[in-house]
Amino acid sequence: MSAAIRIQQVSKSFGNVQALDRVDLEIQPGEFFGLLGPNGAGKTTLISALAGLVRPDAGSLRVMGHDVQADYRAARRLLGVVPQELVFDPFFTVRESLKIQSGYFGIGDNESWIDEILENLGLTTKANANMRMLSGGMKRRVLVAQALVHRPPVIVLDEPTAGVDVELRQTLWHFIRRLNEAGHTIVLTTHYLEEAENLCTRIAMLKAGRVVALDTTANLLRRFSVHSLRLRTDGAMPASLTRGAAENGGWWSFPFDSFDEVEPLLASIRAAGCGIGDLEIGKPDLEEVFVRVMQGQQEGRAS
Amino acid sequence: MSYGGFSTLLYKEVLRFWKVASQTVAAPVLTALLYLLIFSHVLEGHVKVHGVAYTAFLIPGLVMMSVLQNAFANSSSSLIQSKVTGNIVFILLPPISYLEFFAAYVLASVVRGFVVGTGVLLATFWFAPLTFAEPVWILVFALMGGAILGSLGVIAGIWADKFDQLAAFQNFLIMPLTFLSGVFYSINSLPPFWQRVSHWNPVFYMIDGFRHGFFGVSDASPWLSLSVVGACLALLTAFTLNLLKRGYKLRA
Ligand SMILES: Nc1ncnc2c1ncn2[C@@H]1O[C@H](COP(=O)(O)OP(=O)(O)O)[C@@H](O)[C@H]1O
Ligand SMILES: [Mg+2]
Repeated sequence: MSAAIRIQQVSKSFGNVQALDRVDLEIQPGEFFGLLGPNGAGKTTLISALAGLVRPDAGSLRVMGHDVQADYRAARRLLGVVPQELVFDPFFTVRESLKIQSGYFGIGDNESWIDEILENLGLTTKANANMRMLSGGMKRRVLVAQALVHRPPVIVLDEPTAGVDVELRQTLWHFIRRLNEAGHTIVLTTHYLEEAENLCTRIAMLKAGRVVALDTTANLLRRFSVHSLRLRTDGAMPASLTRGAAENGGWWSFPFDSFDEVEPLLASIRAAGCGIGDLEIGKPDLEEVFVRVMQGQQEGRAS
Repeated sequence: MSYGGFSTLLYKEVLRFWKVASQTVAAPVLTALLYLLIFSHVLEGHVKVHGVAYTAFLIPGLVMMSVLQNAFANSSSSLIQSKVTGNIVFILLPPISYLEFFAAYVLASVVRGFVVGTGVLLATFWFAPLTFAEPVWILVFALMGGAILGSLGVIAGIWADKFDQLAAFQNFLIMPLTFLSGVFYSINSLPPFWQRVSHWNPVFYMIDGFRHGFFGVSDASPWLSLSVVGACLALLTAFTLNLLKRGYKLRA
């Protein structure tokens, strides 16, 4: 079975901006994949190249084995893209927009699937409203719906939750998760790293057009992030203990790799005569991984 | 109805202008009617062209001018709006070929031209006895003229990045070409120099051939007009298809 998405040595520059620099990426069917990176990293350009909106200077892109240039009809039928920009056609209602979008894919009678999408995205009551009348969040939902009219096995969402309220985020992820469970491959970009951490099983991080990290979410967390013991003491901490620790607002943070390190640490603090006022264990999170990867740091503990 | 990229895009483009028909159909019909009232009031009784009363002569000119200008307006304004608002992605993401893209936009332009042209004809034919001597020419030239201007509209809509660039294209190319084409007069009434200039204006042949269908007489032979207009259409089609195939300004 061919990869859901196969990107090989793709480069693209705009003038003297190298938006993509020899990107290689392979995403398997059924994956929930995160594409992360700061603004300008090239995420949207990569998605656009996959969708045929941007023509790469070099390299090839395939969707379920179909080249996006040579075999664009098959590739586009298999791909659903939710664009980053909040775009809509002000001439039409929600339902009209979805029927027209279905027609572009050669699907004539799509009513029941359209109803199902509307229902799942909480759009049923807005079906006959003109696009102009919808709030930003509602327009975003329609944008998602439009990407799904042709039941694409591969779905790419470019910052679908940017500037979107909590309710929509939950509705959206609930639906996307279900689609993933039903076998759809999902690729998403987001600036909410917590979202990516919870949803994505594998993550690529892009920086200045290059893939700088690519691994399962669990591995990234293991490799780049560590647990930390955070505590507040009522006495001053002896300097001998605070090596490798960081202080912030009265809280000391001690990174550790293994839980076995916790007890000896606490014991030495007690031995130094400090009473512990408050204590918590910090878990590794993707934000920390992200910051380190973007700073070009090596894996493991902060130095 | 067979649903494909082409038929849906055509349907969407027609629906788009039909939803705002007061601006896209009624307004240009009214404009043409005003031209007719003013010019025929001033010139009727003073001028006869090819033995045809001036108002009767003017009506086909106004009809064809409306066909052409509205065909251009349809594809050009639709494309620039889609580009500026960004909703052009809805058309670029699906498996629509550049041929289907071209055919749908041009045909929708022809439909808009025909709807407005018919409206102008219905609004004006009361004012003068009109004949339909060789109706096939009427259809042929309306179709080809509409397609040419629809095609020009595709080019302009794709080329322009802003509305004022499109307005410049319209004001400095389309308007002079259509106004200086014998809509309001026979070019035989022009001084020799301007007659020669008019013979280089393809729109002159569109209007002249179209008018021939009504009266059976014209400045140029309809066959000459057909050749010129046909050559223009072929050239523009090839040019536009090439732009679309390369993804010019549509696919970066
Ligand atoms: N159409 C374009 N023309 C010129 N520069 C572009 C274009 N699209 C993207 N870029 C540039 O390419 C880089 C990558 O942009 P983008 O892919 O949008 O990043 P991201 O989605 O990760 O924020 C940026 O420097 C951006 O300014
Ligand atoms: Mg982006």
